[in-house]
Amino acid sequence: MPVAGSASNKQMGELRVSRIEVAMPQMGESIAEGTVSKWLKQLGDPVERDEPILEISTDKVDAEIPSPSAGTLTEILVAEGETVEVGTPVAFIDPGAGASQSASPVPETQTASPSREALEPEAVPPKSGGHPAPAPASPNRGGEDPEALEAARPATSEERLRTRSTPVVRRIAEEAGVDISRVPGTGHLGRVTKGDILAYIESRRAASAPTGAPDPTSAPDPIAVPGSTSVAESPPPAPFEPPVGEAGVPAVAEANFWERFLVEVRHPVFPVRKGDRVERMDKVRRLTAEHMVLAKRISTHVHSVIEIDFSAVDRIRRASRSRWVEQGARVSYTAFVAWACSRILRDFPGINGTISGDNVIYRGAVNIGMAVDLNPGLIVPVIHDADHLSLVGIGRKIIDLATRAKSRALSPREIQGATFTITNPGVLGTIVGMPIIPKGTSAILGTGSIEKRVVVVADSETGDDLMAIRKRSYFSLGYDHRLVDGADSARFLSRLKELLEDFPGKA
Amino acid sequence: MLAGRPSWTDRTLAVRYPGLTGYEQGLALQSRLVKRRRQGRIPDTLLLLEHPHVITLGSSGRREHILLSPEELAARNVGLHKAGRGGDVTYHGPGQLVGYPVFDLKPDRKDLHAYLRSLERVLVRALGALGLEARRGRARTGVWVGESKVAAIGVRVSSGWISSHGFALNANTDLAYFDAIVPCGIRNDPVTSLSRLLKRKVTPEEVAPAVVAAMGEHFGYGAVNDSGRGNSA
Repeated sequence: MPVAGSASNKQMGELRVSRIEVAMPQMGESIAEGTVSKWLKQLGDPVERDEPILEISTDKVDAEIPSPSAGTLTEILVAEGETVEVGTPVAFIDPGAGASQSASPVPETQTASPSREALEPEAVPPKSGGHPAPAPASPNRGGEDPEALEAARPATSEERLRTRSTPVVRRIAEEAGVDISRVPGTGHLGRVTKGDILAYIESRRAASAPTGAPDPTSAPDPIAVPGSTSVAESPPPAPFEPPVGEAGVPAVAEANFWERFLVEVRHPVFPVRKGDRVERMDKVRRLTAEHMVLAKRISTHVHSVIEIDFSAVDRIRRASRSRWVEQGARVSYTAFVAWACSRILRDFPGINGTISGDNVIYRGAVNIGMAVDLNPGLIVPVIHDADHLSLVGIGRKIIDLATRAKSRALSPREIQGATFTITNPGVLGTIVGMPIIPKGTSAILGTGSIEKRVVVVADSETGDDLMAIRKRSYFSLGYDHRLVDGADSARFLSRLKELLEDFPGKA
Repeated sequence: MLAGRPSWTDRTLAVRYPGLTGYEQGLALQSRLVKRRRQGRIPDTLLLLEHPHVITLGSSGRREHILLSPEELAARNVGLHKAGRGGDVTYHGPGQLVGYPVFDLKPDRKDLHAYLRSLERVLVRALGALGLEARRGRARTGVWVGESKVAAIGVRVSSGWISSHGFALNANTDLAYFDAIVPCGIRNDPVTSLSRLLKRKVTPEEVAPAVVAAMGEHFGYGAVNDSGRGNSA
């Protein structure tokens, strides 16, 4: 949680079992997050059940969120203007009849067994929570009567399914024939994450295999299997540190580690100094930041650089410009580069592919992503099936995509599915860049500025060395060394050089 | 409660036409209806009305999307309001059919995005009845014909999943007023009206029945209780 002080409050909360959490509600299938736009109640305010306590906004909708209970608003965890994932706790209500104005540290007693609302946020590592909350030295939770816990929940099981899992998880469960309510959830409020369901299916599969391994499904209810108990008993794994394998623990915990490692990103917080300005990242910036971290975390980046002579390209551009203008097209240097890449990528299936789990996917299409500077921001529209387009066709497509990228009028398909990417740091004069490989692909080409350089060439008649002035550029290929070997990258770059320097006739 | 049944089982749509309504009066009217809908005292209700010239700012609205100063707006007799709905800046004025569905979304429509898509589909269907091939926005909320936006959508859901605010469909809106804003924060997208598209004057009165019919069909109302124009709420 981004709000200071929540950690200590959480520790108090372990004793205060009767507070009620208000979470960012699931307002629709495709809505993953919401922004707190306004707190309608302040800290310490008494609230009625169903009385609106805050307003959230998503895209085109404002929505009031009612209090789940009468009581006092004792904690506000998310400030106005902040955006949080569905399921993230945003506030706590103390249902103590509005008697106490502040969060009293005196533990309250309850006659019934502790409700899961109260237990879970403490016992389970919050999916996006920053600090491992100290887990209570819990009595054997597996020994508690799951029915009693169930009864303490106000939600029906149908609601629980809807609110506790994403459509993806539900689909996986359905395909595998798993009853989600039997899967121990480690997400917010016991939400079943993708990692949970996959681990559960995996453990079921392992159990049915004829090995001597202990059968994790032998217990009558999954709530009582070691996998879930261990979550409550051991401190949650620190981010990106594989849990030490103990007997009985692994499946869920380890799947969680990898799930988080592969998809989760957090950015460290730095002190603000006087005169600084602090702004929330907008959505594009946030997604870019996440993508960049994940891309670097996953791919093993290596870069190779080659110098390419643009004299031939220049000749063709000069000779054909008027014809292209007649056709209403403009063929930029970038178009030549994209065209050349599209002609040779099929010969380098690794560069046009990606490692996926234990497999390699060699892509059937050649879809070239072109990074476009939005200043501020960056978007990568995709030329689908670039290998089916002519040079002029690619030139047209680039201009169309870049124009619409700048007016933010691209369809989702037009920014998805790249199998290879070209970025052009040279457009602003940089001579060479070392770009990051987009997640799910294996290579990215960075084109440096094209400038006149003095180079040594051979006299075409005598073969003597001569100095000449040529337009040249450094091209860098960033490639994922897991899949693309150094020699492949060198072969790719030299083919590219060959094609651009000895342009084969007309386009 | 109607005859002790849960209020949502009576799938009746009531339609009201308050006529030309000041923006603030419109807000007050909606807030009364939301309350009564929540209490189950009225069925799902669609308000169809027109506003005088006004620019409204949704919760994600940015001041810089209003291109004129408050003084310039006042000089043109254009009001300025915060709207309490989602979305950015928009313009309302005479000739525009404004629809405010005050619906209880609880039973089976508890999905904000699905609700937005439904409103779009209703308008697409209504425009189809007028012979126009309209479409939903690509990755954006609203309704387009060709590359021009003809209807804007912005919604509020109050406690208990009661909707308010809704859509604004340009029938014969004076489109010049849109020059005062960046509609919905989208630059470069022309705004159009039914009159312009059909090359004849299309009034809100003419479109309203198509919208009501489409609303009834899309949301599956068993009965549409259309009070007819002129009835004030």
